[in-house]
Amino acid sequence: MTTDAATQTWTQRLANPTRFMALSGQILPWLTIAAIAVVLYGLYLTFFVAPPDYQQGETVKIMFIHVPSAWLAMMGYLMIAISSFGLLVFRHPLADVSAKSAAPIGAAFTLLALITGSLWGKPMWGTYWVWDARLTSVLILFFLYLGLMALRSSLEDETLAAKQTAVLGLAGVVILPIIKFSVDWWNTLHQPASVVKIDGPAIHSSILVPLVVNAVGFSLLFFALHMKAMRNEVLRRRVKALRMAEVEQAARGRDTSSATAG
Amino acid sequence: MELGPHAAFIWASYAAVAIVLLALAAWLLWDGRRQRQLLEDLEARGVRRRPQR
Repeated sequence: MTTDAATQTWTQRLANPTRFMALSGQILPWLTIAAIAVVLYGLYLTFFVAPPDYQQGETVKIMFIHVPSAWLAMMGYLMIAISSFGLLVFRHPLADVSAKSAAPIGAAFTLLALITGSLWGKPMWGTYWVWDARLTSVLILFFLYLGLMALRSSLEDETLAAKQTAVLGLAGVVILPIIKFSVDWWNTLHQPASVVKIDGPAIHSSILVPLVVNAVGFSLLFFALHMKAMRNEVLRRRVKALRMAEVEQAARGRDTSSATAG
Repeated sequence: MELGPHAAFIWASYAAVAIVLLALAAWLLWDGRRQRQLLEDLEARGVRRRPQR
């Protein structure tokens, strides 16, 4: 493609893996530093500033990591869905790299949302687990992540794997509104939304501020991990391409030597 | 820091987050280093993406 740089949109310019590697190589160290700094500040607020909740006491500290984990579990899937759309509709060369890289990170945050939720549920609800709509739909999200990874690894052909995973990724996006509204649609043990609500958050600022700082910190961490994973994936594909080239070169060499011998 | 009667659950939550995220970061760093090494080895052997002119 010899499109003039001036006529390219920014997504087209970013589509070039070489340019992505150069740009992300510059951004990643700063993003990592920012993520660690904000997470540490969030931990400081959590353990030294935020007061205990008037009902649940100190266990509210679990919320400061449970809620960001749950948000990022959903954001990770949204990222996969958008990337899948970008692959299927616009054939963006980095879309599949982004979708593939986001899956294990999203799965990790989903697992953390489930673990921390369970550890919060035992002292507050008296049980580690109930099959209510919120918990079950998040468990399905976790299995969706695992399914995407399993489907991809089961297909040898990378282009085919990319397409099929993208289709499953887009079909699975229906889980996101189900998770979000599960607490309104069904009678759940899990509490309804108290931060992202039409009439504003129902949490006092002394608790809300540390929560938002943690959410920002873990989001930055997510983006840093995702960028690193994307860089690794671009390198992995270069290695694969070079190996193919090496095999082809060897085959050509054999052809010419057998031609001269015969 | 006094974390009340459920301190073990709070510490377990934070430990889980630390373990999972550190393991993820460590894997990504290891994977990146390995891919770079593989790429360098291939380039050192003179393998090029396209035939040299």
